[in-house]
Amino acid sequence: MDYEIVVIGGGPAGLAAAIEAKQKGVSSILIIERDRELGGILQQCIHNGFGLHVFKEELTGPEYAERFINELKDEGIDYMLDTMVLELSKDRTITAMNGKNGLMHIKAKAIILAMGCRERTRGAISIPGTRPAGVFSAGTAQRYLNMEGYIVGKRVVILGSGDIGLIMARRMILEGAKVLAVAEVMPFSGGLMRNIVQCLDDFDIPLLLSHTVTEIKGNGRVEGVVISKVDENLKPIPGTEISYDCDTLLLSVGLIPENELSREAGILIDKSTNGPIVNEAMETSISGIFACGNVVHVHDLVDFVTAESRRAGSHAAEYVLGSVEVDKEGLATIPGDGISYIVPQKIRSENLSDKVTFFMRVNKTFSNVSLVVKSGDHVVREFKRKHLAPGEMESIELEKEVIEAMGLESLTIEVRKEA
Amino acid sequence: MKLGEKKEMVCIVCPVGCRLTVECMKEFLVEDAYSITGNKCKRGVDYAVKEMTSPTRMLPTTIKIEMGILNRLPVRTRNPIPKELIFDCMDVINKVKVEAPISMGDVVISNILGTGVDVIATRSMGRSK
Repeated sequence: MDYEIVVIGGGPAGLAAAIEAKQKGVSSILIIERDRELGGILQQCIHNGFGLHVFKEELTGPEYAERFINELKDEGIDYMLDTMVLELSKDRTITAMNGKNGLMHIKAKAIILAMGCRERTRGAISIPGTRPAGVFSAGTAQRYLNMEGYIVGKRVVILGSGDIGLIMARRMILEGAKVLAVAEVMPFSGGLMRNIVQCLDDFDIPLLLSHTVTEIKGNGRVEGVVISKVDENLKPIPGTEISYDCDTLLLSVGLIPENELSREAGILIDKSTNGPIVNEAMETSISGIFACGNVVHVHDLVDFVTAESRRAGSHAAEYVLGSVEVDKEGLATIPGDGISYIVPQKIRSENLSDKVTFFMRVNKTFSNVSLVVKSGDHVVREFKRKHLAPGEMESIELEKEVIEAMGLESLTIEVRKEA
Repeated sequence: MKLGEKKEMVCIVCPVGCRLTVECMKEFLVEDAYSITGNKCKRGVDYAVKEMTSPTRMLPTTIKIEMGILNRLPVRTRNPIPKELIFDCMDVINKVKVEAPISMGDVVISNILGTGVDVIATRSMGRSK
């Protein structure tokens, strides 16, 4: 089985990349999806807030997904459901299997990685206590509730104030559960302000900042949790323990890009993003293998995933049609003071048409600062910012000429406080 | 709110979440009684005035579906509904059951609780085989 482009993952990233590649002139494209339908995690995100950038209207997750799925079908793009990719090789051969076709070897001229991310679990944050039933990641509880029709508990405590945790607080309340508290280890919430207002404040759910779960109690089923205040080093402060009687603990404690296939193929991974190192074309360290969406870095909004994936799809099409400069080294982007990561990590100025956008996250909150772009010690450009927070992805644009003038010197972006 | 009194709020119209300051300019509950600052677009003004006079919310949830590929069908109110009716609307929505196939945008409850707002399906769902 041969295809010009194979996309791994049929969520928002894979859908947008495949559609874009088709529209750029690639005729044979296949999407491989492990779930029973396309759309990825959007199908369980039944709340509104999607599509303001892409469609200029506010949609729910399933509506956003269905528009792309319809477009994909109109374009006549092939897809396989219930199919698991087992292995990806450097020469762009995919080993996959499903119940109908058995084991398959699929050869592609270009591959687009769009596997998304998964939730961190209790094990990842090492919460002490017993190991009863009733501890769920928020996204798992969301799938049970919104798709399968099961409510996972009646008295709920949520650890982590990321958007999934906040959204689930409201969902559990609307479906008749009691949400006792949302605890957040950081002194600020990682979720959007609008979600704190419409998911917590509207229902008088307390948000406990600088607090974490220090014990889970119960045999068989969760019977309660202990929440403690933490100091500035995020260590629990003895004597601040509060006990909550609950039957469920939901965890919304971060997402990890899902890169087992990428690692096995030998694709270089950025330690800060946990995603592949990519260049301006969203191409990984292996020529012809591209990546986009949450598998590269975790995005705040699906609209940004769509934009990034369209670029990946477009460049993969250029690669297949042979209209792109390959095998050039390019200059590296380096996160300076205050910046935790920058995507893309490499830029080949030869391939830029006019501008390039850099996406980044800061490592703590800042007010009234500048994002300073440097080539060696030389300051190239400054961008003023009133407010920067780790929970909000930041971006800056540079023109092709600016990048060209840097040659192969590295490009650093750092946060500088205003005098 | 008293004349000259100020209130801080976060606009929830879109994910930007502008921090708004609402100042009471007139003692009466009229539309121009408030001065709003901090909004990055004009929808922020509409939101703040509404939030002070008659707050509304979108209500996304699910209903039971039979013969579908899933047990639940996601739905939402087509437009925002009065905030104080959220739980009453949930009671109505929880009593409704539909049968597949359903198309995205199908009205599953019309004019819920006399609000003039329909509840619509937010995805299509075929019949299970």
